[in-house]
Amino acid sequence: MSNNKAIKVALIGNPNTGKTSLFNQLTGLNQKVGNYPGITVDKKTGISQLSANLTASIIDLPGTYSINPTTLDENIVLKTLLNTSHTDFPDVIVVVADIENIKRNLLLFSQIKDLQIPTILALNMADQMDKKGIKIDIDLLKKELKSEVVLISARKKQGIEALKKAIVNYDKFNLDALANISDRIDADYFRSIKQNFPDFPLYKSWLYITQVEDFAGLTDGQKKQIKVYKKDKEKVKKYQHKETIFRYQQINNILKKTYRIDRSQGTDLRSKLDKVLTHKIWGYVIFALILMVIFQSIFDWASAPMDLIDQFFANFSAKAKDILPPGKFTSLITEGIIPGIGGVVIFIPQIAILFLFVAVLEETGYMSRVVFLMDKIMRRFGMSGKSVVPLISGTACAIPAIMAARNISGWKERLITILVVPFTTCSARLPVYAIIIALIIPQQRVFGIFGLQGLALLALYFVGFASSLLSGYLLNHILKVKGSSLFVIEMPNYKLPSLKNIFYTVIEKTKAFIYGAGKIILAISIVLWFLASSGPQQFEDAENGFKIKVGNTSLNSKQYSEQLASYRLEQSYIGIMGKAIEPVIKPLGYDWKIGIALISSFAAREVFVGTLATIYSVGNDDENNTTIKQRMAAEINPKTGKPLFNFPVGMSLLVFYAFAMQCVSTLAIVKRETNSWIWPILQLFGMGTLAYIASFLTYTLLS
Amino acid sequence: MNISIANLKVGEHGVIREISLENIPLTLLEMGCLPGEDVELLQIAPLKDPLYIRVNGSHLAIRKETASKILITKK
Repeated sequence: MSNNKAIKVALIGNPNTGKTSLFNQLTGLNQKVGNYPGITVDKKTGISQLSANLTASIIDLPGTYSINPTTLDENIVLKTLLNTSHTDFPDVIVVVADIENIKRNLLLFSQIKDLQIPTILALNMADQMDKKGIKIDIDLLKKELKSEVVLISARKKQGIEALKKAIVNYDKFNLDALANISDRIDADYFRSIKQNFPDFPLYKSWLYITQVEDFAGLTDGQKKQIKVYKKDKEKVKKYQHKETIFRYQQINNILKKTYRIDRSQGTDLRSKLDKVLTHKIWGYVIFALILMVIFQSIFDWASAPMDLIDQFFANFSAKAKDILPPGKFTSLITEGIIPGIGGVVIFIPQIAILFLFVAVLEETGYMSRVVFLMDKIMRRFGMSGKSVVPLISGTACAIPAIMAARNISGWKERLITILVVPFTTCSARLPVYAIIIALIIPQQRVFGIFGLQGLALLALYFVGFASSLLSGYLLNHILKVKGSSLFVIEMPNYKLPSLKNIFYTVIEKTKAFIYGAGKIILAISIVLWFLASSGPQQFEDAENGFKIKVGNTSLNSKQYSEQLASYRLEQSYIGIMGKAIEPVIKPLGYDWKIGIALISSFAAREVFVGTLATIYSVGNDDENNTTIKQRMAAEINPKTGKPLFNFPVGMSLLVFYAFAMQCVSTLAIVKRETNSWIWPILQLFGMGTLAYIASFLTYTLLS
Repeated sequence: MNISIANLKVGEHGVIREISLENIPLTLLEMGCLPGEDVELLQIAPLKDPLYIRVNGSHLAIRKETASKILITKK
């Protein structure tokens, strides 16, 4: 063995087996999250020192109950294991199993083992054995499974070193298949497969045949042969069923000899908690309370760091402006790039807090109960109980929410979830709502306690959820999408959440957001900067044009520079675009300045406020207390001579922002997740049309 | 008589019958719903669907529609 050899180790296991805990123990902070090529599933890899001269790159494959995939996440496991030239094809596989649910976990193990790749079984939660009344004969189990078996307790850091030692000897493992499928099902049939694919383990060829999808790793000739076998669908399906039953028989026989569990132990807590948490009244009350706590925390805890971030980037931009020489390049940095990065970073507190809660709810096992409670209700709206997580996540940001829809197994339910998530009130809408509500809703209290403005915000949240449910209902009846949905979820044991796992999950999800949405938000910010900072001839002559326009009016230097900035924006490309769309948005009560803000909202909705700040020429300092709100309130409609932001216009804007699809990052994610341009285009125009009509009606009825 | 898991009351047990394999999705078999295994209905969701069952050591929630495909003999 040469010095510092590196091998690839894949972790595979059922969900809720502590696979992620083991991954965290093995790799610590040496982990990174990337994407599998072409798809957005998080791919977690990390480095672990196994022995003095052997390091391993550990790959945490998505949790799955079987090698036969039912969701896109699970697909990855098979994709990685079938193709020997896949970049992540492992030298060793560690199958992580929950010692309490060993039977079902061994099904996956037996499938993996038959691929004839060196495989270790890690029985996790071994520290619970006494409590749960479990007895196990490890030596006999090793012999029966023809494999290394290690008892570990990932959370308590027990058995990790023993597991590492076992992995080191991977080249001496027994590679025999466990289940002899051919004899027990149809010897002739499987013999012919073996003859056609002499170099493959039999089970590998069988997996190529049984999958609906065509997996990579075959030559053209092999592909043709697989196709022939695939044709007889009935037979393949029948044999697949027989295979599963045979595997379970074999596992039962092995467990009879090696494993005892006293089922009467330790099931009390579970059934007691289940009775309350899935109770027909208390279940919903508790869920509603938890949701309230989550939303409250997102607002309360996040507002301070968000203000700090806002302040920091504003100061940073101002400092940079002072230090750098004036010119186009400086302007790009201070008005394009720095605010663009700030526009990404500002979302981090809310997203981190939201995923903190989601991770806790998932770790404890509560989320499965929510799925159970909500499934019937969500089905009326074309979705599944599993759509609850995406819809809640959508209140922080639609991007991680749409990615969370991946584990919904039915394509139609998943598609509808993806399509309606952008209706939920994401955090980018908040600054827009906040300023318009402050402008048009009086600061009064009703019944002494509820602030009118707060109620207005609450109503907007309600509009968001209601419109996502209603559009789900409509899509369910309109969309003719094939594909049955099978809903089988495991109801895991209740557990105390592990702080370490939650910490890593929050980091991972936040990173995924920064890399997923961040790049696009930054890019669009730069494009918008360009559109706002350049223009045709008049723009270049803006300073002269402005002098002529102002004439002899006396302005102090601050007023002069502010109004000049406003004048320049009017002459820029984006100003021209705003004017071009004015006839279209006039029926909604908007002028071309609001038009500019609408266009720039495509980077991220909250840019609306910043753009209006520039248009209404608000300087950075609030010395004379002319805040953006006051400037907007003072803006006069030239036709009527009354304030532009009156009640009808404000309401029309609120409605527009509630419905319109103004987020390029979301469109890009939807394109990637659905692998088609049809759905994002449908969202863009469908939601846009709805927003236009609703705003038009609002404006017309109110004015 | 065709009794399925969907006909059980909370707390009742049944044994999965030898069933025509074609009608049962593979995933259910893989999750442990095999002929001869004992099934207990633990709970029914507030709106009568899905069902929360214990089978073969696994705790699962399945929809009524799926449950009605798994035929049993009542204990």
